[in-house]
Amino acid sequence: MASPGAALDRRIPFSAIRDTKAVVQRNLIHYVRVPQLLVFSTIQPIIFVLMFRFVFGGSIDTGPIPYVDYLMPGIFLQTVVFGSLATAIGLATDLKSGLMERFHALPMWTPAVLAGRTIADLTRNVFVVVLMMIVGFLVGWRIHTDVLGVLAGTALLLLFGYAMSWIFATVGLWVKDPETAQAAAFPVLAPLVFASAAFVPVANMPGWLQPWARNQPVSVTADAVRALTIGGPSGSLVLKSILWSVLILAIFAPIAVRLYRKAV
Amino acid sequence: MTDLAIRTQALVKRYGDLVALGGVDLEVERGTIFGLLGPNGAGKTTAVRILSTILKPDGGRAEVLGKDVVDDAAAVRRRIGLAGQNAAVDPNLTGRENLRMVGILGQMAGDRVEPRAAELLDRFDLTDAADRPLRTYSGGMRRRLDVAASLVTRPPVLFLDEPTTGLDLTSRNALWEMIDQLVSEGTTVLLTTQYLEEADRLARRIAVVDGGRVIANDAPEMLKSQLGSTVAELRFGQEGQAARAMELLAGNVSGRVELEDKTVRITAEGGAHILVEVLRILDADGLEPEGLAVREPSLDDVFIALTGHHAENPEEHERPDAAVGRRGRGA
Repeated sequence: MASPGAALDRRIPFSAIRDTKAVVQRNLIHYVRVPQLLVFSTIQPIIFVLMFRFVFGGSIDTGPIPYVDYLMPGIFLQTVVFGSLATAIGLATDLKSGLMERFHALPMWTPAVLAGRTIADLTRNVFVVVLMMIVGFLVGWRIHTDVLGVLAGTALLLLFGYAMSWIFATVGLWVKDPETAQAAAFPVLAPLVFASAAFVPVANMPGWLQPWARNQPVSVTADAVRALTIGGPSGSLVLKSILWSVLILAIFAPIAVRLYRKAV
Repeated sequence: MTDLAIRTQALVKRYGDLVALGGVDLEVERGTIFGLLGPNGAGKTTAVRILSTILKPDGGRAEVLGKDVVDDAAAVRRRIGLAGQNAAVDPNLTGRENLRMVGILGQMAGDRVEPRAAELLDRFDLTDAADRPLRTYSGGMRRRLDVAASLVTRPPVLFLDEPTTGLDLTSRNALWEMIDQLVSEGTTVLLTTQYLEEADRLARRIAVVDGGRVIANDAPEMLKSQLGSTVAELRFGQEGQAARAMELLAGNVSGRVELEDKTVRITAEGGAHILVEVLRILDADGLEPEGLAVREPSLDDVFIALTGHHAENPEEHERPDAAVGRRGRGA
């Protein structure tokens, strides 16, 4: 047997990427081994698509724009925002299982646990957004711009979903329990997703709600994706959405890393 | 160069008002097994968490192989392995994937990870289950994989926090042999346990901890000589009878005699022949115990011998809820 410690590799500069990759892989394996995680996070938005497209849609006035074209960007947003809850649940589960304890005692790049978690959830978002686009096509959603617009819109959605993952990383590390994380999420998610332009135009909301509903990140991003898929001026909306995502990341990533260091 | 693998000085950890460690001094020689023996809540897990850099102490200092656990945590992490009470493994990964992940995160060279994982799976008799997700493993298999995971990087210092709690006898014996073998290869092991038998079987030195303090620190033989090697318990129908038996036996048999409710406990050196003596004395007085048990001394006996009271088990028992328990005092 080799002398103790001999197998250690000291190429630490590489470890940030290598460690993060290992954690990403581990989290993605979960989605393969426990497909329910993925199935349930896609069933809900599909139900929303059917409900809003065929039940409520007829009563919602979006002017000259077909409601389904208005709706789908909102659905994409809802999907990535609700999906970010998985970040909270995943981290809280690892805390509870004792796995975090092992991570803390390993000579790894510390933020890799969080980076790996959020990047895995970003990867899942790519899959889920593409799936929802296919569902959209099936119920009549059409792109009125070009491939570039769709790609830009998708990138914007994914960036926002990634930022949301860090909010929920913070929630998960803070409450330390998967069930509590789930319960804690709704009060955060409801005003973001429902008091927004995701499903209905802001113009029909009460005046006091409109400033929030018009400028909050979900609305701004949904409107930006609309502009990119339906047409019309998109520049300032895209910029606002990026600013929101960057702001969220700048606030929550350091908090989450700090909570992680003290988590066990 | 010091021959100590682990050294703590006046180590203190508090959780609010609760003192989990109240100034603990430990010295563990390289290449030996050191047993930390105590009941739940004594501070064993807290000590292990500080030594494995998971937790920062509130006072005092701790070194592993000469590296400070706070100032030089990264260096400590490169030299230790940790297996906890809760099998800290990923239930959705296979055994092999778990070991692979620990190898990579333990900064092993890429080409050495795979052979090492295979070697450990073989050594812990998990080769057949290697490519099954862990959630299909039995408790004993999980525990073995947890210990295997702590060994992936061949750490010179190994922390085993109650490694055999919840294991069946066969698995326990296999693990004991494994630990012996590791030490014969030069590894230093710090082991926590609630079982005197386990500490006695494995450790060269035992520190008994109670309420965050070390109340004894000695070789197992020395502890046991304090204790006696046989405990006989005589249970009587009435307290009066027990008191009378106590009176008759105290001073007349070679050993320590204690009375508790209706039970008289005799702790003696040198085996069961003490019983002959005891029963003769009782019989002469017409006293007949209702029940009789002879056993090896337990942790509780150690506590009674050392502190005069039972091993306290304040509120927290078997860490029913890890997330909350983790925040709490740790066992």
